[in-house]
Amino acid sequence: MTKPYLIELKNITKRFPGVIANDKVNFNVKQGEIHVLLGENGSGKSTLMSVLAGLYRPDEGEIIVRGTQMVFRSPGDAISAGVGMVHQHFKLIDSFSVAENVILGDHNVAPVLNMKDIENNLAQLSQRYGLHIDPSARVWQLSVGEKQRVEIVKMLYRGSRVLILDEPTAVLTPQETAELFKNLREMARSGRGVVVITHKMQEVMEIADRVTVLRKGKAVATLEKKQINRRDLAWLMVGQDVVRQYKKKSPPGEHKVLELQGVHCMNDLGRPCLQNVTFTVHSGEIFGIAGVAGNGQRELAEVVSGLRPVTGGSIYIKGNEITGGSPRRIIDHGVALVPEDRLGTGLVPNLGAVDNLILKDYRTGKLQRGPFLNLRQARENTKNLVNRFEIKLSSLDAPVKLLSGGNLQRLLLAREITAEPHLLVAVYPVRGLDIKATEAIHNLLLQQREKGMAILLISEDLDEIFKLSDRIGVLCNGQITGIIPAEMTDIEEVGLLMMGSDQAGEIAL
Amino acid sequence: MNQEIIVAILATAITAGTPILYAALGEVLAERAGILNLGVEGIMLVGAVSGFILALHTANPWTGLAVAMLAGGLMALIHALLTVTLKANQVVSGLALTMFGTGLSGYLGKAYVGKPLPVPFKVTPIPVLSDIPVIGPVFFQHDPLVYLSYILVPALWFFVFRTRAGLHLRAVGENPAAADSMGINVFFIRYIYVIIGGMLAGIGGAYLSLHYVPSWMENMTAGRGWIAVALVIFATWNPANALWGAYFFGGLDALGFRLQTLNVMISPYFLKMLPYIFTIVVLILVTKRNITNHIGAPQALGLPYDREER
Repeated sequence: MTKPYLIELKNITKRFPGVIANDKVNFNVKQGEIHVLLGENGSGKSTLMSVLAGLYRPDEGEIIVRGTQMVFRSPGDAISAGVGMVHQHFKLIDSFSVAENVILGDHNVAPVLNMKDIENNLAQLSQRYGLHIDPSARVWQLSVGEKQRVEIVKMLYRGSRVLILDEPTAVLTPQETAELFKNLREMARSGRGVVVITHKMQEVMEIADRVTVLRKGKAVATLEKKQINRRDLAWLMVGQDVVRQYKKKSPPGEHKVLELQGVHCMNDLGRPCLQNVTFTVHSGEIFGIAGVAGNGQRELAEVVSGLRPVTGGSIYIKGNEITGGSPRRIIDHGVALVPEDRLGTGLVPNLGAVDNLILKDYRTGKLQRGPFLNLRQARENTKNLVNRFEIKLSSLDAPVKLLSGGNLQRLLLAREITAEPHLLVAVYPVRGLDIKATEAIHNLLLQQREKGMAILLISEDLDEIFKLSDRIGVLCNGQITGIIPAEMTDIEEVGLLMMGSDQAGEIAL
Repeated sequence: MNQEIIVAILATAITAGTPILYAALGEVLAERAGILNLGVEGIMLVGAVSGFILALHTANPWTGLAVAMLAGGLMALIHALLTVTLKANQVVSGLALTMFGTGLSGYLGKAYVGKPLPVPFKVTPIPVLSDIPVIGPVFFQHDPLVYLSYILVPALWFFVFRTRAGLHLRAVGENPAAADSMGINVFFIRYIYVIIGGMLAGIGGAYLSLHYVPSWMENMTAGRGWIAVALVIFATWNPANALWGAYFFGGLDALGFRLQTLNVMISPYFLKMLPYIFTIVVLILVTKRNITNHIGAPQALGLPYDREER
């Protein structure tokens, strides 16, 4: 027996200036299934789901809910039709309580709020699905996993029959992910339809009853569970076979490039963040820092590059102490930074490629012509770099904020690598990039490693860490909970260390 | 100073504070919805002049008041159109609105400058309550607009913090994207509260020309609109706190006035300056307090909202 469709999207087309984000896409959700929407970043997954959730209005196509055609003018319409979306970036109000966030927009709540009653009801609702949350807690007090549960409860409370989760595991530990998948299975069993948007094939293998693959805005295939295998999926996603094996030609060097000895620092709120962090990165070595986001990764990168004061311990570059040095002094010692926030910290959004590329060179004398800058030379250099790093630009002077993520990152790396640093600090270098751009960036990093550069790689993507790193250091609550050679460990062990687990720690230390 | 003078100063503090209070309450609502309106001064002036003209011609202060609210609402509608729909910079739009309001009120009121209003809002003591010693003369021997503000303050506090509509209002100012995703109409809510804010500022202006003075003079708000904007920060976007703040500034106003009549040897110019000096001092102190206690402005204050922005 075929189960009825809860929702059907037919021939959905959505255009943004210059791109067709969705091109005649068909997609449907059955009762009781987990349907994974798989695709690279930029393939149109989130756009499609935003259409379904009423955030975007499609230019063409139909939305059919349980047999009747509907027009969603706003997210409110979608919610009333039983479609709830858990966004990748949570749509929660930090200063409100959990309960206040959940009842937001619900016109069935009494005009004068009785928070006690509402909180009690919510506690019951969340317990029924095994989603543990405290309805009276303020959202800013919650962990990422808890916030996600609030988002799910929010949609259940509004009676969603179809639950859409956009990249739900991006911010979770492996253990939290397992818990989430258990909850999702429970919701499917209760007769709802669950849509999970992801670019991770592993997740498709784990939870999908069906999978629809999007590529360049088109739905290229919908497969049943028994038809799913990794190789086909990869081929469908990318349109070509991906060789995801990296060969490291040379072993890492012996020379110590970066040394941290018992480093401490504070976070933005003035509380202790990094505690007694000690490690060494050698020349020709990629040292990966794994950890759940928010455990001191950003602070670590800032401390090494001089953007954050050190409150204890010492940092050395090639044996020279740089503790407490200004960013400029640290740059002069050969440290380059690819920051988390490409467009805010890394590049100047409103300037063109030429101006962005000379941000470090302008004072070295290379571009000097008397008291002025030799802009002709700068343009020439930029053209060379654009060719060498295969950066796609509409013009050398167009604001770089118009570039795609992959091209931005290439531009940033072009600037940092041509400075020929001893140490490159790369924070989430491929976040938000598609597979091809990711490959390109990874290859660039590996080339630099072969040339003897020391690389401190900070990432929340364990696959990336494992693929690139020679050694892996795990950061949890501002402490290094283990340092392990990459070939001697597995994701499970690193996952446990990320949670600060002791049993794994013994093996590691 | 004897008791009589103190009572008189306190009572004047309330009348002097009331126009600021109305304007500040309006600004609290607009800012809670995420829209900074620096046009308050201009809106008050337009409210003052239009209220005065209509009250004079109809010989009824209530018609004047209604027209002042209407004019304030229309002025604020311009701001809403520019900042909500066209997503213009809120600071620039607000400043332009103040300049526009100053000019417009001067132009409209040219023929009415200095004319006395035969039918101002009259002091109507509340029976029984006004006979209580000290409290009676301070709080209950005023005009109807003061009494209305006594009701309005707790009503607005309850509305903002205890009702569903108030929750939606705060949500729109804190995180419009979140509110939108839950089916709240961000644009509608922003329009409504900016307009209501303008109507309240219109009342504040009309209070000056229909009771406090009562007459029309060019630029008669004399910066009260700006004090109201500052007061919102002092009040931490809470209508109840706005009451104390407004009476405090009203008190400084009244004190300056009284000290002059008592022949205290302080320059009248210095006394007139007091409320403005205190505005700056209070802003510095309060901003420090708000930062250390993590009391912030609505998170999305001043930011336009665009649903399809990527």
